[in-house]
Amino acid sequence: MKFCVCIKQVPDVQATVQTGRMVLNAYDASAVEEALVLNEPTGDPVDLVLVGGPGATETIRKALAMGATGATHLVTEDATDSHAVALLLSDHFSQADYDVILTGKQSQDSDAGLAGSMLAARLNLPYATNAVGLAIEGEKLIVTRQGDVGQEVIALETPCVVTCSNDMNNPRIPALKGIMAAKRKPITTVEATLPEPRTVVGATMDPPSREPGVKLEGEPEEMVADLVRRLDAEAGVI
Amino acid sequence: MSSILVFCSVQENRIKRSSLEVMSRARQLATENGLSLGAAILGSHASSLVSEATAHGASQVFTVSDPVLDAHVNAPVIAALEGILTTVQPRLMVAASTESVKDVLGALAVRTDAAVLPDVASFDLAGDSVVCERPVMAAKKLAATHTTHPLVFVSVRSGSYEASEAPVDGEEVAVPFHFDPATLGATLKEIVTQAGDTVDLSEARVVVAAGRGVRDEAGRALVQQLADITGAAIGASRAVVETGLFPATAQIGQTGKVVSPDLYFAIGISGAVQHTAGMANSRIIVAINKDPDAPIFDVATYGLVGDCFTILPLLNAALREAMA
Repeated sequence: MKFCVCIKQVPDVQATVQTGRMVLNAYDASAVEEALVLNEPTGDPVDLVLVGGPGATETIRKALAMGATGATHLVTEDATDSHAVALLLSDHFSQADYDVILTGKQSQDSDAGLAGSMLAARLNLPYATNAVGLAIEGEKLIVTRQGDVGQEVIALETPCVVTCSNDMNNPRIPALKGIMAAKRKPITTVEATLPEPRTVVGATMDPPSREPGVKLEGEPEEMVADLVRRLDAEAGVI
Repeated sequence: MSSILVFCSVQENRIKRSSLEVMSRARQLATENGLSLGAAILGSHASSLVSEATAHGASQVFTVSDPVLDAHVNAPVIAALEGILTTVQPRLMVAASTESVKDVLGALAVRTDAAVLPDVASFDLAGDSVVCERPVMAAKKLAATHTTHPLVFVSVRSGSYEASEAPVDGEEVAVPFHFDPATLGATLKEIVTQAGDTVDLSEARVVVAAGRGVRDEAGRALVQQLADITGAAIGASRAVVETGLFPATAQIGQTGKVVSPDLYFAIGISGAVQHTAGMANSRIIVAINKDPDAPIFDVATYGLVGDCFTILPLLNAALREAMA
């Protein structure tokens, strides 16, 4: 099946100190990995599309080095919201022909988790979110998604859109051969004008901290007795 | 008069606690701003839940009672909510940020031309704006976000507000629903549940969560015992989900579930921000970890420094006695 994966460049949120280092969104990396694995037997293409600033080329090369076929870079001013990104992507896909569009279930920086399902609705395609497993069955894509209780197994008609969890797989680290090959792979650059966003991010602040607690001391037997007493008398939870 | 509509998530024929929390906040905002409060309930038992919604302040309860809505599939849920939104025309639709709600919100916003403030820790009305604070950057920061769009959806993290009753004389409004399954494009084949899925983690009053310190099957048995004694749901950090010791459905944190129980046991969990983002709204947090510098102790109400293999057998015995 012909796949296209929507990827995003994000700050390295796992880092203890923010240095401005930018990386491929981890959820998108899982989507790229899954598409590559599914298409390995057939050799069908896995294309990429990225909405972002000129500096995001680095991230596109990273995903190409994993093994993707080619990429389109919709070059914009960086910051925007899911609504605007979904509009740009739907324009892109209205002129393309894919069986499956994948993306991460959310991006690590804004954690909104909206662009995938917004894109599906704009393209009027069936979709599933928070996928932890994918399989091809004839003309259908079998999606296992993490629901509120248990995992839901859904057969989606293609073309379709699926957003991927990072619980799906462990994305490969590109080997030198892949990195070299990526340098020769085509990236189509399109200057895009960002649509008006619907939500505006203002100040960011540190999350509130909790009331300081107590560390119980002593031998294990004493600590446990103290804890059980406090859970009963102080906290009233048992 | 314009209104706030609360989309209620239902489980085991009850409105979820997280939805009632959201309804209580919505009621407060409705009162302050002279708006009416409505609720939306989907599924074949919707009518039987109307009284629970009116007990929490909803004066109109919009129901769609089609059995196609009983198991979660996004397309019919979107169609049903679109029908209700067209009828009600609210200023704001709010919901608990469950997996099912996250699944539909973006597509529903496109269909109804709405703006979305997803997964917020708090929200408010300020003049023409809907404002919120939401965790970003893997929950290391809170971002103030707002929109002036005429229709806004807000999804709220569990435990952000207290649920409280405020009974009103409400009425049920059954909303017509015509859904053609031929347009679905998707079939729900099965729902796979594992042992431990029986207590919904995000609704549980007590959660016992395991981390790397719970090394093996023996550790898991001790955790299971503590959960049995306290009637808890079992959660896990990403580390022990990856090793396969606990199922993916148990994962708590920024990429997993957000829980807010009365009592949370963190067993052998170091407490990286990606984990605490999913449990910091818990009322009482008990942390057991052998590393005295583990960050989990920064959020713990009661911290016990020690190996869980030493402490859990003692704790299980003491709790069994105390709760007998």
